[in-house]
Amino acid sequence: MDISAGVIAAQTANAGMPPLKAQASELEFFYGDVQALKRVSMPVAANRVTALIGPSGCGKSTFLRCFNRMHDLYDGSRYSGQIVFQPDGIDILDRSVDPIEVRMRIGMVFQKPNPFPKSIFENVAYGLRVRGERSRRVMAEKVEMALRDASLWDEVSDRLDDMAFNLSGGQQQRLCIARALATEPELMLFDEPTSALDPIATANIEELIHRLKDKVTILIVTHNMQQAARVSDYTAFMYLGELVEFGDTNLIFTNPKSKRTEDYITGRYG
Amino acid sequence: MNTVPADIRPDRFAHKALRHWGERLIEGALFLAAFSAVAVTVAIVGVLFYESLSFFEHVPLRDFLTDTQWTIMFSDKHFGVAPLLAGTLTTTGVALLLAVPVGTVTAIYLSEFASHRVRETVKPALEMLAGIPTVVFGYFALLMVTPALQWFMPNLPGFNMLGPGLVIGIMIIPYVSSVAEDAMRAVPMHMREGSYAMGATRLQTALKVVMPAATSGVVAAYILGISRAVGETMVVAVAAGQQPNFTFDPRESGATITAFIVQVALGDLPHGSLEYQSIFAVGLVLVLLTLFFNVLGHLVRKRFREAY
Amino acid sequence: MAYDAQAVRRLVVRGKQWDKVFVIAGLLCLMVGVLTLALLLAGLIHDGAGRLNWEFFSNFPSRRAERAGILSAMVGSSLTMLVTALAAIPLGIAAGVYLEEYARRNWVTEIIEINVTNLAGVPSIVYGLLALSLFVYGMGFGQSILSAGLTLALLILPVIIVSTREAIRAIPGTIREGAYALGSTRWQTVRDHVVPYSTGGILTGVIIGLARAIGETAPIITIGALTFIAFLPPAPLGGEFPFISFEWLRSPFTVMPIQMFNWLSRPQAAFQENAAAAGVVLVVMTLLMNAAAIWLRARYRKRIKW
Repeated sequence: MDISAGVIAAQTANAGMPPLKAQASELEFFYGDVQALKRVSMPVAANRVTALIGPSGCGKSTFLRCFNRMHDLYDGSRYSGQIVFQPDGIDILDRSVDPIEVRMRIGMVFQKPNPFPKSIFENVAYGLRVRGERSRRVMAEKVEMALRDASLWDEVSDRLDDMAFNLSGGQQQRLCIARALATEPELMLFDEPTSALDPIATANIEELIHRLKDKVTILIVTHNMQQAARVSDYTAFMYLGELVEFGDTNLIFTNPKSKRTEDYITGRYG
Repeated sequence: MNTVPADIRPDRFAHKALRHWGERLIEGALFLAAFSAVAVTVAIVGVLFYESLSFFEHVPLRDFLTDTQWTIMFSDKHFGVAPLLAGTLTTTGVALLLAVPVGTVTAIYLSEFASHRVRETVKPALEMLAGIPTVVFGYFALLMVTPALQWFMPNLPGFNMLGPGLVIGIMIIPYVSSVAEDAMRAVPMHMREGSYAMGATRLQTALKVVMPAATSGVVAAYILGISRAVGETMVVAVAAGQQPNFTFDPRESGATITAFIVQVALGDLPHGSLEYQSIFAVGLVLVLLTLFFNVLGHLVRKRFREAY
Repeated sequence: MAYDAQAVRRLVVRGKQWDKVFVIAGLLCLMVGVLTLALLLAGLIHDGAGRLNWEFFSNFPSRRAERAGILSAMVGSSLTMLVTALAAIPLGIAAGVYLEEYARRNWVTEIIEINVTNLAGVPSIVYGLLALSLFVYGMGFGQSILSAGLTLALLILPVIIVSTREAIRAIPGTIREGAYALGSTRWQTVRDHVVPYSTGGILTGVIIGLARAIGETAPIITIGALTFIAFLPPAPLGGEFPFISFEWLRSPFTVMPIQMFNWLSRPQAAFQENAAAAGVVLVVMTLLMNAAAIWLRARYRKRIKW
């Protein structure tokens, strides 16, 4: 199937969507013999927040982790399909594309905050070091910018050399966001980022995500429907490995096209 | 399958060849380090066979296996390995007679009865016991245990296999008890609860539920103990005497395979002489012996492996 | 069947009595080890304390028991430990890192793992035989500190590999994923995260391994460490160019446990006292090292809470 940049532009114009950052096509994923993704195709709009919702086991995290080639770290699974990344028009799932390169342009925040056992500064600076940055001055600037973007600078600017473990859960998660932002990624993947946090920390991070979309495209997996409704521009509902419905968040939550979507949203199952 | 023609593909997604080969090199170096474990085993087997082959060119295998005298250091040379084997088996037997019951009871007690505090105090003590150099245990056997035994058994010679055997037993108690205890503690709580709920006492639960469930690990503990005992050198070299003696009576003196190797090594060892080669031949017997017990243990464990 | 309260009560009481009996048996068994430790230390100190003076540590062995000291043995032990550490630590850590971070689940990996387990159970004297044939004669290193150090390195290699693996396994997978998600390569993740965070556990294993190596006698005797050495190996650092010499690697030598063994083998009571004194030194050294390892392990577990 030939998907060039021009074709995508035409498709999105047809669908009434803004320019795309990425387009997943016919994604299939197998853990051993179990099929976790069944021919999933979905656009990811640039500088927008797209949410993936669905009951547990529906494949949303599996789908998310395809974007930064996380599955390559583990044996026992195989996948096929394409994710075409813009503006290059390259299929990042292609074997000839180095996963390291992909991860340099796509950042990830995990479900449970996972700061390194290092200082706050070193956590945020690690991505820069990996990219070969040596200048202490440049690192300090980028670290401050990232911490500001993550709404954490005011709370930690005076103790950048403190161990990251001393921060609260919400602060640690914002640190992980800062860590991912420091390398100026084009796409950020959030895998249920607030499920381990209290309501106040959750609100902080939702507000942060809302602000960040000016700088970066965001794809977020959440099991909390209200969060999806609050935070995202587009929502995709997945069920048992299939993409059941995709569309404008407002439309999905007020007027879903599929009965399965409606059942999930109204809480008939979860 | 790339969809954009190669000449306009941006470099940012290009395959960084240098990084790739650097990673490969590092992985290769680390692999060699890990493979060294295999290399050492191959070297041990190779060396033992190579040197033993020379030995068996001079000494018929038949004599080696059937002669009941080992007098390689004397002018009337006999090459029967039986006395050395008897020495090894006797001391190991005595050691096990002590270590198996004491180690097992210790393990059951620590796993099923002891409070957290007792366990935290005793386990470091046992670990320290395991850390004491074996030559010091040799001292213990020669100058403290044997005189004590002689108090009970006045005819006991200064060099005997009973004292060292007991000391080896004490030495391997920490190994036996800690492996057995780990196996018992791995038995899930719900198995015990099923027993307690029926009114069983702690001891009954320990003996009828926990131990059978932990059989695989307990057997492993015993095998570990046997291997340790068979390979023990210094205690017997110091306290059992150095005269090969074809007997299974621990009240007599004797020499084990390991003590013999030490004795020869202490003297002059001209490279390539018969004495030099003999230590490899008996070393081979020693390795085959420990291999035998290890394989036996492995088979028994497979038979009793419990899947929780 | 009617519920016979009397019979049941008798059963319960008897069961509890057996429990009590077993507790006593258990404590007695524990006492075996603890008592041995106490008696051993008491005996050593009683026999040897008289000998523990400055001269003991600064003299060479001598035919006259009162003048014999452990200087050459201590220096020999220290230098041998140096070689052992330099050889075993990098090799063991590298092997552990490979097995945990790089190895795939195939038959080659299984063979390596089987061998590591196997080698841990090989009697130490067999390592001496290997070294005698391979290092002393095969490679021509001679009956030297180099051979001894390498032999002990092979001996404690499994200990270091296993403790490296355990330390690495304690690191949660999300930390690795966090590093990879930022674009690090496998080596960068190992170098910047896996090894630094597991240092505590690895160090514990190294100390335990070295503590074992210090007390090993059989393999060193087998490769021909002499038991009467009244001189020191040539010093590694000298006053003339090139300032660092490696002569000491090839020098004849002795180590502490062999010195103790030598004295123990002499019938005179005076030498037995020397042996006891040497035993005290050995036991104190190994106990201190093991205690340090245990303390390190506990402290390390508390510091990094995963």
